[in-house]
Amino acid sequence: MAEILLKDVVKNYGKLEVVHGINLFIEHNEFVVLVGPSGCGKSTTLRMIAGLEDITGGEISIGGTVVNDFAPRKRDISMVFQNYALYPHMSVRENLGFGLKIAKQPKDVIEERVNEAAVILNIEDLMDRTPAELSGGQRQRVAMGRAIVRHPQVFLFDEPLSNLDAKLRVQMRTEIKRLHQKVKTTIVYVTHDQVEAMTMADRIVVMKDGHIEQVGSPLEVFERPVDTFVASFIGSPPMNLIPGEVVMRDGRLHVAFNADQSVPVPASLADKTTEGQKVIFGFRADDLMPDGHAVPIMGEASGLRLTVDIAEPLGTETLLFCQFAGVDIQAKMYNPRMVKPGEVMDFKCALDKTHLFDAASGKSLRG
Amino acid sequence: MASKTKKQIGKVANWILTFVLMLVIGLPGLWVVLTAFRPNREILAKPAIWIPEKLSLDNFGKIFGYGVDQIAIPVPSYFANSLIISLTSTAIALLIGMSGGYAFARFRFKRKNGYFLALMLSRTVPGIALSLPIFMVWSRLGLIDTKMGMIIIYVALNIPFTIWLIDGFFRQIPKEMSEAAQVDGCTRWQAFWKIEFPLAKSGVASAGIFAFLTSWNEYALASQLTRSTDSKTLPVGLMDFTAQFTIDWAGMSAMAVIIIVPALILTFLVQKHLIAGLTFGGVKG
Ligand SMILES: Nc1ncnc2c1ncn2[C@@H]1O[C@H](COP(=O)(O)OP(=O)(O)OP(=O)(O)O)[C@@H](O)[C@H]1O
Ligand SMILES: [Mg+2]
Repeated sequence: MAEILLKDVVKNYGKLEVVHGINLFIEHNEFVVLVGPSGCGKSTTLRMIAGLEDITGGEISIGGTVVNDFAPRKRDISMVFQNYALYPHMSVRENLGFGLKIAKQPKDVIEERVNEAAVILNIEDLMDRTPAELSGGQRQRVAMGRAIVRHPQVFLFDEPLSNLDAKLRVQMRTEIKRLHQKVKTTIVYVTHDQVEAMTMADRIVVMKDGHIEQVGSPLEVFERPVDTFVASFIGSPPMNLIPGEVVMRDGRLHVAFNADQSVPVPASLADKTTEGQKVIFGFRADDLMPDGHAVPIMGEASGLRLTVDIAEPLGTETLLFCQFAGVDIQAKMYNPRMVKPGEVMDFKCALDKTHLFDAASGKSLRG
Repeated sequence: MASKTKKQIGKVANWILTFVLMLVIGLPGLWVVLTAFRPNREILAKPAIWIPEKLSLDNFGKIFGYGVDQIAIPVPSYFANSLIISLTSTAIALLIGMSGGYAFARFRFKRKNGYFLALMLSRTVPGIALSLPIFMVWSRLGLIDTKMGMIIIYVALNIPFTIWLIDGFFRQIPKEMSEAAQVDGCTRWQAFWKIEFPLAKSGVASAGIFAFLTSWNEYALASQLTRSTDSKTLPVGLMDFTAQFTIDWAGMSAMAVIIIVPALILTFLVQKHLIAGLTFGGVKG
């Protein structure tokens, strides 16, 4: 069993604290993705799990054993690095077998395991080449092969796809997922690409400035972001966020953006806010669409009249960029039709799917 | 068409220039080697005899004490001294160069750049300027005319360069290589010897050749600090061929050849390790 537990883990570089006491429990065989903007401490966290960085405070355990003072080789993990770090002076076969050779496994075991990994990753034809003779995608595969031959308890990935071109990245994404289904192990995967996080993870850990902001399944994080940071980081395009104030209009709480523009507070949030509170109103582009649209809106809808600045047809949908209360927002149109810049359109906003965040703390009022 | 001829003229000019340069560099060497195999009569002939008429090994026999007219110069001891001093000092300089170069490339420590600069600056002092202070210290320590004394000096002379060169090679190897090896089950020590050292081998080899040749050919300091067959090296031994009024050119040239040949052999042996850029392909693309 290879569950991982991080307890109040702190990391200092000199006097600078870069990871501020994070707590995380990763279950056996779970695929967890650490995601966050550059410099938020994802790699540092991963490297602490690997044992490549000392931890300044707290406790890390793998499979129930506290591994704080264990060297990487004692942790029964393997890691795929962003730059792959294949051994250039060895053939692919030697690269794959290196760990087993160090562990003094008998020759036939090494050969069997190496061949098994080669089959899984489809690199049988490359076994006698050196890393210099491989393409980026092939190197990526070899790096993963090197990680799986030892049958470790835990796989650690640090942005393994960021050096690949877009098409290959999408392809490798599915391959890593498939790999996880084939060789059941716990995976901790670091990326700054929220699409990778959404598509691959069992659970997403959103990090920011050395803190964990939110932990949850991709859908939880997408549908119920705990704060404006997660709301704008997860999902593409980012959630529309418009500052406003809660007021009473026509006997009902509204979020007013200025003197004449406001939307009703959705019923589910009415008792979570009070008149006069400064809030940020958030909704996804998918939940703002042209009136009379073929996609029906569930629950209450609120009408808005907006001027379209730019339209970006994406094929199945068209992204509409509009101005609302002085903020740039985006809406989605599913019925293909060319939209002229400057065209005034009536929109419907799916109120039940909107969010309210406290303006001061950024925290979601859904709580 | 015109541009093609122009290109060809450029090429020819290039060759001529290279040829002249090589002539300037190579001719004295060639002349020394030729002289080593010619009898004194031919060497001293006036006008000069350009094309050798008779080549023989007599001069070598002479300095090793065979043949008719012997010269009493202990070439075998000089040779042994040179070999012992050069090889030992090179080995030590490489060991320290590797540790130092690795430390500078991999570890963070206070005033790192300062130490590095100080090491390099130590080489700006010409060796001969140090000869008097070294002489005084060495005589107090009883290191004058000992192999140990020369070994220490050559180690000190070579360390800055070996550290600098080897540091550069380790710096080119991404630290993830060693980390990957450690995750793969190596201790840090194993990761060094199995991954990082093989990748930096060409740097270590170059540093080794350089250190060896420096010690092997050094004359100025050795001539001050060595006296007898206990420690005299080959370059210093060359001066044994000069008497008050005469110089034995034949013997001197033969000995020069004896000095050159091991250096050539070593360089050829190590050369195949000098393939740079081995790290290519291990990381991204
Ligand atoms: N060796 C180091 N010395 C000092 N500070 C460091 C060191 N390594 C990382 N940091 C700092 O720690 C913080 C977290 O770095 P980390 O590499 O974990 O970020 P990351 O989330 O992986 O970012 P990226 O997406 O760019 O890889 C950054 O602010 C970085 O500047
Ligand atoms: Mg990183």
